[in-house]
Amino acid sequence: MSILPTLKKSLLAGLTALAVTATASAQDSFKVGFVYVSPIGDAGWTYQHDLARKHLEETFEGLETVYVENVPEGADAQRVIRQLASGGSDLIFTTSFGYMNPTLQVARQFPKVVFEHATGYKRADNVGTYMPRLYEGRYLAGMTAGLMTETNKLGFVGAFPIPEVIRAVNAFTRGARAVNPDVEVSVVWINAWYDPSKARAAAETLMDQGADVLTHHSDSHAVVQAAAERGKYAIAYHSDMAKYGKDYQLTAVVHKWDDYYEQVVREVMDGTWKSGNVWGGIDHGMVDLAPFGKAVPEEVREQVMAAREQIISGELHPFAGPVVDQSGTERVAEGETMSDEDMLKMDYYVEGITSRLPRS
Amino acid sequence: MEIFGFSIVHWLAATLVMGTPLVLAATGEVVVEKAGVLNLGVEGMMLMGAVTGVIVFLGIDSRVVGFVAAAGAGVAMSMLFAVLTQTFRANQVASGLALTIFGVGLSAFVGRPYEGAGIPSLPKVQIPFLSDLPIIGPVLFRQDPMVYVSLGLGLAVVWFMYRTRAGLVVRAVGESPESAHAMGYSVIGIRYAAIAFGGAMAGLGGAYMSLVEPHLWVENLVAGRGWIALALVVFASWRPGRVLLGAYLFGGITRLGYDLQALGAPIPTPLLASLPYLATIVVLVILSRDSVRLRLNRPAGLAKPFFAQA
Repeated sequence: MSILPTLKKSLLAGLTALAVTATASAQDSFKVGFVYVSPIGDAGWTYQHDLARKHLEETFEGLETVYVENVPEGADAQRVIRQLASGGSDLIFTTSFGYMNPTLQVARQFPKVVFEHATGYKRADNVGTYMPRLYEGRYLAGMTAGLMTETNKLGFVGAFPIPEVIRAVNAFTRGARAVNPDVEVSVVWINAWYDPSKARAAAETLMDQGADVLTHHSDSHAVVQAAAERGKYAIAYHSDMAKYGKDYQLTAVVHKWDDYYEQVVREVMDGTWKSGNVWGGIDHGMVDLAPFGKAVPEEVREQVMAAREQIISGELHPFAGPVVDQSGTERVAEGETMSDEDMLKMDYYVEGITSRLPRS
Repeated sequence: MEIFGFSIVHWLAATLVMGTPLVLAATGEVVVEKAGVLNLGVEGMMLMGAVTGVIVFLGIDSRVVGFVAAAGAGVAMSMLFAVLTQTFRANQVASGLALTIFGVGLSAFVGRPYEGAGIPSLPKVQIPFLSDLPIIGPVLFRQDPMVYVSLGLGLAVVWFMYRTRAGLVVRAVGESPESAHAMGYSVIGIRYAAIAFGGAMAGLGGAYMSLVEPHLWVENLVAGRGWIALALVVFASWRPGRVLLGAYLFGGITRLGYDLQALGAPIPTPLLASLPYLATIVVLVILSRDSVRLRLNRPAGLAKPFFAQA
């Protein structure tokens, strides 16, 4: 348990890379490449993609996968993607926003290879994009928190106030207030995707101010761990973090790529794949809740799971009118539903959030 | 003590915790720079200390040994720098940067099997009577032991530097290595010792993050605090006492920013996020506004290689 396993892994990875180059001409099996922005680790964004990669290997006989982890966004990414494409990959998933331009550039040189880029907005004939409707999971998480809180104060640790995260905060708040109108949500932005120490300090601040259920939109398990240590509830993000949150993790909003990746592989194999953008929610299996923790009583589970079914069937939309913002202005009228376009550029807090949205 | 839901006690208590890694790393670096050496490798040494602390702690289940090993890792890293810059007189800026880059990479590599490993929290001390005092009880007497150790080390350096003969010699080596050499002191030897002390303190600072707060190991856990420690030394005009003040100020204002956000203060978060930097710079610059004294405080021999002349 020291350097050795890692060394062995790196050696193996090196050998695999060599093998990839060696068999470039042999096109007998279907090969799928993955580019990851961070180390796989044991929780988080990349970890979830890697679970789906393993799922593909198990599902399709003879399917080969290759992955490269910890690839910085930028020039390095282009080199890695090109290597995968020239190494015989038939389909390549580039799983971070910053791979957008590198993916497009390589795709131009390899028209026969299919590229799927996560969270981007630029497409080409052989480049499709996909992103998760995270807010659906956040709404259900909010319901769980709203039903479990005793102080009626919830805490949200956010990374950066960009529309994606603001949407998450709003959906969480609307979910909580749908089941408990007295709930208030406080938000602390740490201005970093990844700084466990800051995330923890923000979590401590929220708990000091009375929040008894916390959730986060940042990497690492620092918030879940901090809550569990003080006997407060937490809802994790990205991955199931029950092993850090123990019985205090109520649930987690997780990304699941298994179904979507399987579907894309089938389409590419059949030749039916077409470039497009998929913004998939719970119905696509891209977002879901992790199993409930022990602390969550049966009635709460049933109520949340019922709402989950309603979201899948389209009966319930987290941003169905009336949507009222923090200042009392009605953003969506009763009977209407917010358009995807409006959701994508959301830049205001809904009512029920005590913090102010930073304006630049 | 609460004002509009803002608890001053919670804030002050958290201030000491948030300042601690900076206190350790910056106090170490101020000694290094007082001896006339600029080591920009603090970030790398902190990361190696953090990961070593975790590996040792998980191996033998002792935090004390974990901290000692972390200090040892910091010393080992700093010796690479010392050999390059003191024995071979390589450029200190380049060597320090290289040390940081090396530490960032190596800590990520050896730390990979330990990512996300469970490290239990370190209980706060409970001192009979003192811990139960209102306000100052929770702020001063209900902290984890390392908060006291780091404060003690910080104060010890203040005392050492200005109240002992050895401290005077260290300062002499930084101000005028030729004079110190002429007096018969080994300039290179004393600089080696100062660099080792800086490495040990940076290692402890890193281990404070991995073993105490937030007590977890992930790649690049230190996230830039080594650079903040370096900046603190400059803005504190190389005075160890002001370094202490600056470190706690930085920690306190960071936490204050979160409190204000959670309370819904209408202040933009980018401004709140830059407030610790602004406040620390403003306070320390006002303290050291006297330009003559500032020049006196800056070690005259800083970052200059020493060539012994017979």
